[in-house]
Amino acid sequence: MKQEQTQHRPKRYGMVIDLDKCTGCGSCMVACMAENNVSFKKDESDKLLSITWMRVYKITNGKPFPDTDICYIPRPCQHCAGQHEGHSPCVSVCPATATDYSRETGIVSQIYTRCFGCRYCMAACPYHARYFNWWDPVWPDGMEKYLNPDVSPRMRGVVEKCSFCFQRYQAAKNKAYLEGRRELEEDEYQTACTQACPAGAIVFGDLNNPDHLVHKMVDPDLKHGGRPRNPEVFRLLERLGTNPKVYYKSGRQWVRKAGDNYLPGEKPGADMHKSHS
Amino acid sequence: MKVDRRSFLSLLIGGAAGTALSPLPWKLTDDLSIWTQNWPWTPVPPRGESYYETTTCTLCPGGCGIKVRKIDQRCVKIEGADEHPVNKGGVCILGLSGLQLLYGPTRIRTPLKRVGKRGEGKWEPVSWDQALTRLADKLKEVRAQGAPEKAACLLDSSRGTVGHLFRRLMTVYGSPNFFTMPSVEDAYRAALKLTQGIEARVGFDLENADFVLSFGCGLLDGWGSPVRVFKANSTWKENHATVVQIEPRLSNTAAKADHWLAIKPGSEAELALAMANVIVGRNLYRSEFVDGFCENFQGLKRILALHTPEAAAAATGLAPEVVVKWAVEFARASRPVALYGRGQGRTAAGSLRQCMAVMLLNALVGAVNRAGGMWTVPDYDYIGWEEPELDEVARAGLERPRADGAGSGKYTPASSLVQRLLGSGAGQLPEVLMVARCNPLYSLPENGAVKDNFDKIPFVVSFSSFMDETAANADLVLPEHVYLERLEDVPVTAGLSCPVIGLCQPVTEPRWDTRSLGDVVIALARKIGDSAAAAFQWDDYEACLKETLEDKWDTLEERGFWYDAEFRPPAWEDGEGKFRLAGGKLDEVLQADEIVPAGDPAKFPLILVPYDSIRLAHDYIGDPPFMIKAVGDDVLKGKDVCVQINPATARKFAVSEGSIVQLITPVGKARVRVHLDEAVMPGVLYVPRGLGHTAYDAYLAGKGINVNALIGSLEDPASGFDAAWGIRAKLAKV
Ligand code: SF4
Ligand code: SF4
Ligand code: SF4
Repeated sequence: MKQEQTQHRPKRYGMVIDLDKCTGCGSCMVACMAENNVSFKKDESDKLLSITWMRVYKITNGKPFPDTDICYIPRPCQHCAGQHEGHSPCVSVCPATATDYSRETGIVSQIYTRCFGCRYCMAACPYHARYFNWWDPVWPDGMEKYLNPDVSPRMRGVVEKCSFCFQRYQAAKNKAYLEGRRELEEDEYQTACTQACPAGAIVFGDLNNPDHLVHKMVDPDLKHGGRPRNPEVFRLLERLGTNPKVYYKSGRQWVRKAGDNYLPGEKPGADMHKSHS
Repeated sequence: MKVDRRSFLSLLIGGAAGTALSPLPWKLTDDLSIWTQNWPWTPVPPRGESYYETTTCTLCPGGCGIKVRKIDQRCVKIEGADEHPVNKGGVCILGLSGLQLLYGPTRIRTPLKRVGKRGEGKWEPVSWDQALTRLADKLKEVRAQGAPEKAACLLDSSRGTVGHLFRRLMTVYGSPNFFTMPSVEDAYRAALKLTQGIEARVGFDLENADFVLSFGCGLLDGWGSPVRVFKANSTWKENHATVVQIEPRLSNTAAKADHWLAIKPGSEAELALAMANVIVGRNLYRSEFVDGFCENFQGLKRILALHTPEAAAAATGLAPEVVVKWAVEFARASRPVALYGRGQGRTAAGSLRQCMAVMLLNALVGAVNRAGGMWTVPDYDYIGWEEPELDEVARAGLERPRADGAGSGKYTPASSLVQRLLGSGAGQLPEVLMVARCNPLYSLPENGAVKDNFDKIPFVVSFSSFMDETAANADLVLPEHVYLERLEDVPVTAGLSCPVIGLCQPVTEPRWDTRSLGDVVIALARKIGDSAAAAFQWDDYEACLKETLEDKWDTLEERGFWYDAEFRPPAWEDGEGKFRLAGGKLDEVLQADEIVPAGDPAKFPLILVPYDSIRLAHDYIGDPPFMIKAVGDDVLKGKDVCVQINPATARKFAVSEGSIVQLITPVGKARVRVHLDEAVMPGVLYVPRGLGHTAYDAYLAGKGINVNALIGSLEDPASGFDAAWGIRAKLAKV
C-alpha cells in the first residue's frame, strides 16, 4: 500500500438516495454522462455494453395488476469500504493497482492509464458498477466540443466507473486551499447527479461528519462498517460485507427487502420478483 | 433495465478467482497496458478558464433557469440555476442533454432550398437574402390574388414577443390563420372562459396542496413544468400530502403516488362526475364557495343526478364504495386539488367534458383561487404594441373564417384546431404554411393523414434549427438559432401559479449561419413591404425586445428572470365574478357523449393507448443521444419498440415476451416487440410517444415506431379539440 496523504480528519464520502422521492426520471444518469465525458454509441439498447456510471434500475414487487408496484434504484459505484476499510472487492483483485481506495476520502478511484483491461474488477464487483470500453469512443463531428477538460475521455481497452465526480472534489480542495481553508463546506463538494436530481432524492456528503445530512439520515454504525441505524435506510447486498457508502432509503418494506442480499440458492423474499425488462 | 440480484452475485465468483491469480510481473502488465491502449484518436479536451453563464431552457414549455459551464468559448455542461423560481437548481434529462443539440449533427447550417422531390433530402444552400426574398415573393403572390387567408403559420404557442411578431405579421398581411400546437392548456383556457367568463390561464398552487387527485396527469412523467412538479412531489412526500393517481397503467406517477386507482381508459370524466355527485349528495361541498360565489348549483345537481357511483363503477371498473371513499376523502381534505391533462398533456387538448368535470370538483371543494388550489392567472400583458394599420386586402382577409373553424359556431371554445385542419382535413388547406418551433409531421396524431395533407400544401417553410420531419419535408428552410445562441423572452405558463418571465440569453456565438426568429419575421415583413413593413419599425429584434420589456429589462438582465412571487389570484368577493356551474354551453359540454376509441371491437379486440415518458421527448425536440441511451431495454430493444401488454392478455392472444408481432389499428400497422408487464391493464396495449423518427441523426432515427401513425383523432363534440386517447387494436404475426 502506498503512503496515503492523510489530513487531520479522514472523510468517508457517501450518498443516500431516497427511493420514495426518486421518480426514475434519469436526470442523474445524463448529468453523470455530461460531467464525466461518458461516450455513447448508435445502439445503446444492449445494456450489458452500455456505459452508464450511474444507472437507474427498475424493480417490481412481482404482484399481478393492479397490485403491481415499481421502484427505481439509481446505482452509482457503491464505493465499498470492504470488510476492512480499503478492501473493496474490486481494489483487492486489480493486478495493476489501477483502482485504489483512498483513506482520505473513502473514494474508490480508477486510473485509466494504468488499467490494462483484464476486467478482474468487473468480475469482482457485485454491483455491476464497472464498464469496459470495447471500442474507442466516437463523438459525432463537433460534439467533442462539449467535453469536460477535468475528466479524461477513456479509450478502448480500459475499465471505467463512477468516481463520485472526484474532479469536483479536487476543484473544491484547490479553491479552499487558495482561500487558506483545510476543510470543505458540505455544499462545496457535490456530485453531478446529486446536483441535477430534480426530485432532490440524492444526498451527498461526509458520513464521518455528524453535521452532514448523509450522517444524520443514515446514523452509521462506524464500528460495524457504517451499517445504517436508521431502520428505513439500507444498503444493497448488505450481507456480502462489502460495506458500501451508498445508502438507500425507503418506507416501503418490499423495496428494502429487495435491496438486501441473499445467497446463491437462497429464496428471494416473497414479495420480490425480477422485472421482465 | 433490471436489477438482477442473482447476476449481481454470480459474478462474485469470478472476482474470487481474480484474487487467487498470482499477479503478473509488473513489466508485463505495463507492456500490456500500452498495447491495449493503442488508441488511434481520443480527444483531449482543451483546458481554459472555467465560468458559468445563465439563461433559460426552452426545450419544453417548463421554463427552467439553467447555467452553462464554459471553458473559454466552449459550452461543456448544463446545470440547473439554483436561484430560479421554477426549478430551484433541478434540471430534467432533456435539459441536461442540451449541448448535444447545440453541437450535434442534426443542426441545419444555412438556409436551404429544396431541389429534389419533397422529402428526398436534396437541398441547395442559399443566402439569407435569397431565402427571405423567395418566401416574401410567395407571400406577395398569394396576397396579390386577394386571398391572404391562404397563408398560414403554425407555432408551438402564441406566447412571447416571437409569437406576437408572427401574429402581427399574419394580421397586417390579412390572414386569420395563425395556428398553435395543441396542449391541455387549451382545454383549461376554454373551461375558464365557460365557468368564469374570463380569458386567463390556469395555474396550480401544487406545493401547498395536501390532497392531489390526478386524473391521469403524468406528474412525474413530464406534465406541466416538469422539474417544478418533481419538486412539488418531493414536498408532498415531506408534508405527508396524499396523492391519488387515476389511470389504467402504473406509470411512474402512479408508482410514486400514495394510491393508484386503475380505471378503464377513457372513463375519467365519468369518475369525476360521480365524485361530484357524492360530494353534493353528502353535503360535503364547501358551501361558503358554492353558495357564495357559484351560479346555477341547481342546474349542476340535475346533471349530476345521473352520475351515480354505480354508473361510474360500471364505466371505470372500480367498486362503487371506492368511488364514494375517494370522493369523501377528497372533499374532507383541507387543501385538495384535482388535476386534468393526460400524460404530459402536450399532444392534444383532450375532452373538454373531462376538463370541465375536474374543474367542477375543484369548485365544489372551494379549491378555486385558494392556497393549494387551482388559480386563475392573468395572461402576460407586457406586449403593448400599437395596433398595426391594415390595408384593404388585410381587412377583407381577416373577415374570412379560419380554416380550422376555431373560435366560431360549435368550435367557439377553441382558439386553434390544427388537428382538424391537418389531420381530419376539415377546412381549406393553406397555399403557404410557415412552421416554427414544432414538428407537426411527427407529433400530431393521425400521422399518415397529416402527411397526406401536408403534401397537398403547395409551399411549406420551416424555421427549424434541426433537420426534423417537418423541415425534411419543407420547400424552404430558414434555420433559427438554438436557444443557447439567442436572446428572447420566455413567459412561462405550464401550470405555474405565479407569473415568471425567463430571459433566454446567448451563451455562445451562433455556430452556423442561422438567425434569431424575431429578426427573421422583421426582415420578412420588410421584404413584403407596404403596410407589413410599416408595422415592423424596430431596428431589429433586440431593439423590439428591449423596448417591449422596458420596465422589466434591468431585472431580466440582472437575474435572468422576472418573477412575481407575491402574486395571488383575486379573492372571491360578494357581487364580483361568479363561477358558473351549469347552464347553456356548459350543459352541452357536460352532457356531451363520452369519447369512444375508433374501431370495431369485434375486429380489434384490444385497445392501444400511447404513453409519455420523461426519458422520451416527443414534440419539437427529439431525444439527443444521452437521453436515448437512458431509455430502458423494456422500452426499446435494438430497433424495436416494446409494446407493454399484461401477461394475462398475452396468454389469451398467444404472444410471449420478446416476440415480434404486428400491431394493427384501423389507421395503421407496425412491427413491435412484446413486453409482458403487470403494470398495464389487461386488454390495453401501451406504446410510448417519442420514437419512430425518420429524421434526426443515426442515434435516434429508425428506432421503434411513431405511435402517432397508429392513432387517429376524434373530435370532442363540444369544442372540436382532439380528444382521442387511444384506438382499437389487434396483434398479428409478422
Ligand atoms: S435524477 Fe433523482 S429522481 Fe431522477 S432517477 Fe436520478 S435519483 Fe431518481
Ligand atoms: S461498487 Fe463495485 S466498483 Fe464500486 S467499489 Fe464496490 S466493488 Fe468496486
Ligand atoms: S423541464 Fe423543460 S424547461 Fe426544464 S430543463 Fe427540462 S426541458 Fe428544459
